[in-house]
Formats: sequence, C-alpha cells, structure tokens
Amino acid sequence: MRAEFKESGKKVKWTPGVILTHILLITGAVIVIYPLLWMVISSMKSYNEIYNDVWGLPAKWLVQNYQTAWSKGISAYFFNSVIVTGTTVVSVVIIASMAAYALSRYRTRFIDLALVFIMAGMMINPQVALIPLHGILTDLNLLNTRFALILPYIAFRLPLSVLLLRAYFLSIPREIQESAVMDGCSELGIYLKIYLPMSKPILLTTVVLTSFYAWNEFLFATIFIDSDALKTIPSGLMNFRDALRTDWGVLLAGMVIATLPMIILLILLQKHLVRGLSEGSVKG
Amino acid sequence: MAKYKRKLSPFLFLLPSLIFLTVFVFVPLIQNFYNSFFSFSVFSPEKNFVGWSNFQTLLGDKTVLVAVKNNIRYAIISVTLQVGFGLVLAAILEDRIFRRFAAFFRVTFFMPVMISISVIALLFGFIYNPQMGLLNSFLELIGLDNLAKAWLGNSSTAIYAVIAMSQWQSIGYVMMLFVVAIQKIPKELYEAAELDGAGKIRQFISVTVPQVRETLFVNTLITITGSMLVFNEPYILTNGGGPGTSSTTLSVYMYQIGFFRDRMGYASTIAITIFLLTAIFALIQIRISRTGKED
Repeated sequence: MRAEFKESGKKVKWTPGVILTHILLITGAVIVIYPLLWMVISSMKSYNEIYNDVWGLPAKWLVQNYQTAWSKGISAYFFNSVIVTGTTVVSVVIIASMAAYALSRYRTRFIDLALVFIMAGMMINPQVALIPLHGILTDLNLLNTRFALILPYIAFRLPLSVLLLRAYFLSIPREIQESAVMDGCSELGIYLKIYLPMSKPILLTTVVLTSFYAWNEFLFATIFIDSDALKTIPSGLMNFRDALRTDWGVLLAGMVIATLPMIILLILLQKHLVRGLSEGSVKG
Repeated sequence: MAKYKRKLSPFLFLLPSLIFLTVFVFVPLIQNFYNSFFSFSVFSPEKNFVGWSNFQTLLGDKTVLVAVKNNIRYAIISVTLQVGFGLVLAAILEDRIFRRFAAFFRVTFFMPVMISISVIALLFGFIYNPQMGLLNSFLELIGLDNLAKAWLGNSSTAIYAVIAMSQWQSIGYVMMLFVVAIQKIPKELYEAAELDGAGKIRQFISVTVPQVRETLFVNTLITITGSMLVFNEPYILTNGGGPGTSSTTLSVYMYQIGFFRDRMGYASTIAITIFLLTAIFALIQIRISRTGKED
C-alpha cells in the first residue's frame, strides 16, 4: 500500500491547475529577481543609457562604476559597517551566552525574575526608545561615535539571542554538568569548556542573525550619526545618493556592493539563518 | 567560600545583560512615559510640566489620524498578502510536485529579505520614477500607458506604493517561516488525506492550515506589530511621508515632531502610543510561544 502510494506520487500530472501554479510561481520569481538583475546590469551603464533606455544592456559595460563608487565613499561606509557589525556580533555572542548559561543552569527566584526581565525586553522596539536614547547618548557623550550604534545594537539584540541560546542550553544533559562539578570544574570552566563548545550551531545562528541586523539597521544609523566619516552603509547610501545627484550607475554600483555580503551570507549559511529567523520570529 | 562563589556567579554571568537592557532599553521606556508629560526641546535641559496636554494634542491631531490609518492599511495589506499568500506559497513549494525546483524558489523569494532597506528603497525609487521608471515603462510596453503615473508624487497612491515595496521585500520572510512549520507536519497526514480522496486544495484546508495554526497566529501577530512600527520605508521612499503627510506613519511622524519641530515631549507621547499598540501583540506572542514548549 505504502509502496504503491510513493510510486504514484512520483509522476507529475500536468493538469491545468499544476500548469497555472507553475506559471504563477515563475511570474513571482521574475518579479523578485528582475529588479535585482536590473540593479546589477544598470550599475554598469552610464546615466544617459539608464535614462533613455531603461531595459537595454549597456553598450559598454562600465565596470569602473564600481571603482568610482568604492573610492567616492562606499569604502569608508563599508569599513564602518564592518567595525560596527563585528563589535556588535562579538559582544552579543559573549554577553548573551553568559546570561543564557546562568538562566539555564540555575532555578532561583532571582533567575526567574531575570528571565522575565529579559523577555520583557522583546516587547520594546527601537522606535519607542529612539528619543530618550538620543538623550542618553548625548549625556554619555557618545552621540556621533560608533558606540552610539554598537551599544544600542547590543542591547536590542540581547533578549532574542539570550532566549535562543537558553533554549539550546537547556537541552545539554545535566549529567555532563554534574560530573564536571565533581571533577572540580569552576562555573567559568563549565561555561567555557562544556557549554560553548557544545553549542556551536546555535552560536552560529546568533552570529548570522546579529550580523544581518547590524549590517542593515537604518533607524539608529541615520539618527545617531551625523558625521559622514562614521556612517554605516545603510545611512551612508543616502548621503552617497545626494552627493552623486545623477550619477546613477555609480549609485547602483554602491547599492550592489552594499548588498553582496548579505547575499553571500545567505548562500553560505542558509540553514542557520532560516532556523534562527523562525525560532525567534520577529520582524524588523 | 566556594559555596558563596557559586551563589554569586549566576549574578555575575547575568550582570552585563541586565546592565545593557536597563540602560538602553528600559530606562528609555520609562523616560518616555515621564517625558510625555513635559514640553522640552532636544538640546535644552529645561523641561516644562504640561500635564495631560500632550495627550490632548494627540487626540485632536489630524496627522496622527492619517498616520494611524496608514499603519492600519499597512497591517491589513501585509496580513493578507504576506501571511495569506505566504502560507499558500509555502504550501505549494513544500508539495511533492514542486520538490525539484523548491530550493530555487525558496532562495529567490527570500533574497529581498537579506537586502538592506536603504538599497531596496533606492531601487524602488528607480522603479517608481515618473520619467524613466521601470513600472511606468512596463505599463507602456503592455499598452496600459494610461495607468502610468507619478506613483510617489501622488498623495492618493504614495502610501500604496510604499506598502507594495514592503510586500515585495517581506513575503519571502513569512513564507520561510511557514516552510519551516510545514516541514514539521508528519507526511502520514497527507498520505491519509490523499487516500481518502482529498484533492490538493482540500488537503491544504484540512491538513496544512490546522497543523500550522500556531505559526499562522504568530506570523499574523508579528506582521501586525511590524506594521505599527514602519519607519524606514516611508522615511526613504517618500522623504518622510510625502507628499504632504499622505504617506506618513506613527514612527515617521514621531521622528519629525521630535527632531524637526523639536517638540520632544509631544514626540514621546506618540512613542508611548506606538509602544502600547505593539506591546499588546507582543504579550500575546510571548504567551503563545511559551505554551508551545515544555519548560
């Protein structure tokens, strides 16, 4: 019975419904891909070519648009994004895994309260904190420095990361911890030598999710940093557009450069990304 | 001594997280409540107590009404298209018939999710451009020139053009959440349904939908929450909610009141409104996600 079922499942019957669904899927894919493809193709065209012939291929592929974009500002934004993203990711992984460790290993009144506190953090969105944060960063003399992005980024990524890591840590068998305690392992030792090495997949998920957030974040990046020299890619692109005016090919080249790291991340770490996004369902 | 150390260490492990959350998340929230009773400007230390006056202003503010309406439009369209269509899309891609190409379509639909909103909004600036834009030239190409218009320059179409861009970007995200949920459904359920003579549509309604009920609910909640928070899209695409205030949202209006009109107290009141609108949905979400796990 079962074998027969599988057999019949292999044949695709081209009913009108199946054909129609295929057509719809392909149409959808074209609607998604074409604008991105257009961005890449047009990034190698001149302004006149883009303006007068939106659909056409460039007569001459202006690869130097990329060089121009890079040297006219994108390289600095890129560099800032790397620093901000890198620092945020490393800090979040360390701080969140420490908290998750305590939350998963102990059960006291204080731990329960701390868990509720961290979960409540998920309810507060950057938009809501924006105005007071601006004041706090001004008071701390951090406005218009890279820390004005890094510190809030860490804070807003912590709740989700802690909860993700805690859920994973809870699945680590108690016996392993107990035998480590018997062997005289310190708390720090258990955390460093047992928990972290056993949790590589979820740590990687945290890294991917945090990089994705920090690389693309726009609101804080626009409002907390004025100086063009410190801007990250998402907010820097706005200055870039204003500075270039009609140099559309170069602008599009800059947009492609800004996008590449995340597309590479998607291709390389698809599974971790999808897992993380689905376990911590939050929309930016 | 050793015992004392063991008691202290969970606190030390939690300390950095608690400090970060307190300083950058909870203190701002509390300050927001406090500030909403004052009138003050961004770089001045002086605050004047004004009681409930900011809240009264809020209730009578026509732009707030426009913004709330736009946030609701965002929510309705996003729930319909992202959650509704996203679920159908995920179910199609997880069906055996499409197995061979499913991976390709999944990555394709997911790609825009990974791209920064500023890149996407600049790209859609080109798409909606009234002179050379892809959308208008496409309409011309298929003989519908009379439909071509300045999508972003027209106060009746601007918000919809902004919402359309968000659908383009986010549908793949919600779809992927459904894909993960559908993959967890035991295959036997479909086999049993098929043996009972249920067609694809019947299987979708009586197997897929009930089985992903929880994900469906969570996705609806996060989509609504996301719609209440929208900032980046109108900020970039319509230069902060233009033309006029036609495509503004609560977050954009809050930003403008705070940083352009320098009415920080009133802006805090708008922030509180956004907080209350989103906190309700977040609370429900936390409750649900808790029931789903053992613990």
